[in-house]
Amino acid sequence: MKIAVLLYQDESVWANATEAEVAQYMADHDAFSEAASHRGKIVAGEALASVSTATTVRRRGDQVSLTDGPFAETTEQLGGFYVLEVHDLDVAVDLVKLLPEYTVELRPITEY
Amino acid sequence: MPGMPDSAAVALEQTWQDHWARLLALLVGRFRRLDLAEDALAEAFAAAVRTWPADGTPDSPAAWLLTVARRRALDQLRSEAIAFRREPLMVVDARARQAAATAVDDGGHIPDERLRMLFTCCHPALSPDARAALSLRFVNGLTVSEIARLFLVQESTMAARLTRAKKKIAAAGIPFTVPAPDRLAERLKVVSAVVYLVFTSGYAPTTGDDLLRTSSAVEAIRLARVLDALLPNQPVVLALLSLMTLQHSRRDARVSADGRLVLLPDQDRRRWHAEEIRAGLDLLRQVPADASGLAREYLLQGRIASEHAVAARSADTGWRRIADLYAELEALTGSPVVRLARAVAVMEADGPDAGLILLDGLDERLPRHHRLPAVRAEFLVRAGRTAEAGVSFELAIELCGNEAERDHLRKRAAEITRIPPVTPKG
Repeated sequence: MKIAVLLYQDESVWANATEAEVAQYMADHDAFSEAASHRGKIVAGEALASVSTATTVRRRGDQVSLTDGPFAETTEQLGGFYVLEVHDLDVAVDLVKLLPEYTVELRPITEY
Repeated sequence: MPGMPDSAAVALEQTWQDHWARLLALLVGRFRRLDLAEDALAEAFAAAVRTWPADGTPDSPAAWLLTVARRRALDQLRSEAIAFRREPLMVVDARARQAAATAVDDGGHIPDERLRMLFTCCHPALSPDARAALSLRFVNGLTVSEIARLFLVQESTMAARLTRAKKKIAAAGIPFTVPAPDRLAERLKVVSAVVYLVFTSGYAPTTGDDLLRTSSAVEAIRLARVLDALLPNQPVVLALLSLMTLQHSRRDARVSADGRLVLLPDQDRRRWHAEEIRAGLDLLRQVPADASGLAREYLLQGRIASEHAVAARSADTGWRRIADLYAELEALTGSPVVRLARAVAVMEADGPDAGLILLDGLDERLPRHHRLPAVRAEFLVRAGRTAEAGVSFELAIELCGNEAERDHLRKRAAEITRIPPVTPKG
């Protein structure tokens, strides 16, 4: 099954990270990728630019409105994601434990 | 079952009792879908109702039912495959489902589908309420309406809760497996907590007029026995089973003939089930003394229950030991409810003033909890402070949601006004 791994964190944590912390983050992501390749595979994965760069587009009928910023203000922001191909939820949970201290939402991907 | 010869009806009832949960687990093991397995097994039982009276009960009723249910499930999958081509939006995650159906059985180190079913139903990705409801449905084999009654909710509410939970299991990819050895201890804690939640939901209902719904306690003990039989010598399971067995042995004495709550000191100890107490004590001795975490919590509670169980009369109770056990339990859990129980034990061992000191500061931590003013009222009565006790009883009556307990509190409040205040000697 495919599961989206949505990574949430207060953006200031990453913005204020020291060089050593950045190196640790990278190492954790590498460990995650390595383990994921053994127990399934990573279908996609990207880091997102800050929410301050976000644009929200809403269409209601013919009306399209653009607003600056994310669609919801939250204390933790979506900062990146992976899409995993794994056997089940437990495998995904095991893998996610290797990532840095994020709040992670696991969402199965629906296939039509 | 009307119209059926007795022998067929009895055979069917017996097969349901003995095999429903196991057959369901086997079907889930094969098809990896709870809803499909549940429906197919229901249809197999319906087919048995139709054919057994005429054709006779098969030699192996369980095997007969399994064969029919398997065929029904396969029919259903085939018709879904056809529907899938017509209405692609209706079928979710078909590829994953197909993969799951052919997945290898990786729960092999403990070969029992019922155990896998229990771990699936108690997966931490499900809400605690859903875990309990799923376990009662799929491990104990209760009907939706029976579970609704245990949890004091409408049948439609419980049906919706179960449907949501089954969808979550399927869509979220919750596996039908026993957890790997390195995760077993952690997951066993979740399962044990579910079992105890089921037990306490029957032991101390906080609303409604029915003081003791013993059947949910019976179901919890059944669940724990299944768990203990399939996964023997687990400290947390032994401790929990011991605790529940000891507490449950007092059920008949907890309610008087006219439906009133009878507190421990006033219970007729001849109505305790001596055989069950022996079994509970025996289980307690099997728990390793160095058990930690949740196993230790249950062990301490079990030891407390055993202190009560072995006292021939209320006056013989080892309150000093009970107070010490509660002190350890409080240090372990930090629970204000445990502090309240500890205060009672300390009051019995050292007198009302020592008990009252332990109640200090609990009001903020247990707001709107009727037991706190009820306990304080009893302490004040012992201390001879009748007027203050009366005020506390009033508060307790106001907060109490259970009719039988409220009656007991009213009775106590009326009694103390007839007792002359104690005058200090000397």
